Amino acid sequence: MSSREEILGRLRAATGDVTSRPGDRGPVPVIAATGESAQATLDLFVATVADYRASVVRCTPEQVGAEVAAALVRARAHTVLVPPGLDTSWVARARDAGLRLRTDEGEDGGPLTAQELDGIDAVVTAARVAVATTGTIVLDHAPDQGRRALTLVPDQHVCVVRADQVVHDVPDAVALLDPARPLTWVSGPSATSDIELDRVEGVHGPRTLDVIVVG
Amino acid sequence: MTDLPVQDTSPTFLGMPSFQRSAKVALADTQQRRNLAHATATIRAKRAAAVGEVEGWEDLRLAGAAAKDEALHHLPDYLEQLEAALTARGATVHWARDAAEANRVVVDLARAKGADEVVKVKSMATQEIELNETLEAAGIAAWETDLAELIVQLGEDRPSHILVPAIHRNRAEIREIFARRMGTVGRAAPADLTDEPERLAEAARLHLREKFLRARVAVTGANFAVADTGTLVVVESEGNGRMCLTLPETLITVVGIEKVLPTFADLATMLQLLPRSSTGERMNPYTSMWTGVTPGDGPQEVHVVLLDSGRSRVLADEAGREALRCIRCSACLNVCPVYERTGGHAYGSVYPGPIGAVLNPLLRGTSSEVDRSLPYASSLCGACFEACPVRIDIPSLLVRLRTQVVDEASGRSAEAASMKAAAWMFGDHRRLEAAQRAVTLGGRLLGGRTIRSLPGLGAWTQARDVPSPPTETFRQWWARTHGDDAPHTSEETP
Ligand code: SF4
Repeated sequence: MSSREEILGRLRAATGDVTSRPGDRGPVPVIAATGESAQATLDLFVATVADYRASVVRCTPEQVGAEVAAALVRARAHTVLVPPGLDTSWVARARDAGLRLRTDEGEDGGPLTAQELDGIDAVVTAARVAVATTGTIVLDHAPDQGRRALTLVPDQHVCVVRADQVVHDVPDAVALLDPARPLTWVSGPSATSDIELDRVEGVHGPRTLDVIVVG
Repeated sequence: MTDLPVQDTSPTFLGMPSFQRSAKVALADTQQRRNLAHATATIRAKRAAAVGEVEGWEDLRLAGAAAKDEALHHLPDYLEQLEAALTARGATVHWARDAAEANRVVVDLARAKGADEVVKVKSMATQEIELNETLEAAGIAAWETDLAELIVQLGEDRPSHILVPAIHRNRAEIREIFARRMGTVGRAAPADLTDEPERLAEAARLHLREKFLRARVAVTGANFAVADTGTLVVVESEGNGRMCLTLPETLITVVGIEKVLPTFADLATMLQLLPRSSTGERMNPYTSMWTGVTPGDGPQEVHVVLLDSGRSRVLADEAGREALRCIRCSACLNVCPVYERTGGHAYGSVYPGPIGAVLNPLLRGTSSEVDRSLPYASSLCGACFEACPVRIDIPSLLVRLRTQVVDEASGRSAEAASMKAAAWMFGDHRRLEAAQRAVTLGGRLLGGRTIRSLPGLGAWTQARDVPSPPTETFRQWWARTHGDDAPHTSEETP
């Protein structure tokens, strides 16, 4: 008997007393807080992101380029990764300010290697959805965010979130996501509390997270 | 009892003395007790604040328990669904009856890739099967990448807490371990390393980055495995999980079969319960979800090892099976007055604290000294149940296991007499539990009675008598260790 058959057999024997059938419990209950207004949800999002010691600013669509450039300059970034589907107007000011823009293309013409990514200071992306109660941005790694490694190896992540992408609670976000895509939930910069429970920002992920909320 | 196979006790924990004997040693370690007291008090306060923010917390707990029960009650169906979904997305699914089989699968896969090293994310399942030791024996280095695990591994030590495995080490000890050991296995710590947490984290970042960038194979666990979509989920803080899940070509994930969730929508419940219960944050810094292989993004060879190793036996126990709901948040450890004083090592397993006291005897049976003693590693105060995000009634399970231990021992061994006495004292579970819960709920009912006068705690209180002031009452002890906070007056009382 294969291990598979043996384990499934054990489990059938172990659950022999169960009389219900899968799915009998009915629909999954949705337990979520609701915002009083779109404005209140947005305000909450800004507050919860700031709580993680991430920088967060709000601006108009016209100001995105300037805010992106300001965040990059503040962190002293020199090279900036631009995902293939990013709105290029978002990084135009950064380029004008002398930062070097890079696409996901390495020496050999293929995607950047991990080593090459390690030499890049920052990345600018969009997001898929954001959660107000938890201060979370969720990436689904569509072309305006790029594959997962792009938002992982560089030390700074500048993330531009549209106001209409901010939902109130976790279940609202889960309902919008496509499980077939890789998903990364980001709540503040990388952190550890392993040393005497002091929270220290920045272990392996980007040590600087800048969130720009547009509109 | 069922005839399904028990989990083999790993060599590390074979012949472990009883909890009470180990606890006596642990209690004499003042440094550890101080670290633990600080750590558990800090996390308790953070958790209370994070949980207090959520209006629907009790509904979430009920939904969390219901989601896990749905999966557990129909585990064969959901596992088959999970396998089909994973396979459809290009992943390869392996089934492992026990630790040896799971280890063999991982070693064979790593060898097939020609890898002489793997990077690893903290995982209870791989610790349980002692995968690192097996890999090392096969000539494959296993690099732990979680900061705490790195501290434990470099310190040639054992983890003592599910969430904060190095909770028993302070910053000076960590600095010393990094300075002495990093250079022997890779990039050395900076010569001017201090014991500031920022500097220690930076040293770990540099040391491990070299390994992430060159790694070709990663081994991880998963917090959840979603049956209807085939999605695996890793919840973490540091980003080492993301590194392992993203950069290597080959990804091997070892998942206990109890990690299954029925649907993707159930994640909405779990992602609210887990971070607030474990680190006391609204959300942990990073949660990764992946569904098989994504062309052009991340590992292009994805393996999933589904591990039984005693779990089917726990499932067959109609009362005990609720222990399999555990999502390893460690909230029950942090609220446990026994754990706070003894630390994790005395539990003789990778699963310490209240849940360990239940899960280890269920998984491994009660044939060893340590597993027989674990149901007594509790004052049955009920704090663990109130904290548990999936409502595992640990105190009731402990009482039931005590009865089982006593029944097995009756008339057959030298311990029989004391076991019988315990049986008499626990003859009326309900009355005893009610009295003991009242202690935590109000701290008034038993007035000046000391904790050591509670029945059935002979061995335990003897051990704790050594370093404690002999006249300290439960209430005095509580006031001293918890400040003015009245115990368990939080909104979580069910
Ligand atoms: S038993 Fe409950 S509280 Fe304890 S670790 Fe498991 S889920 Fe958390």
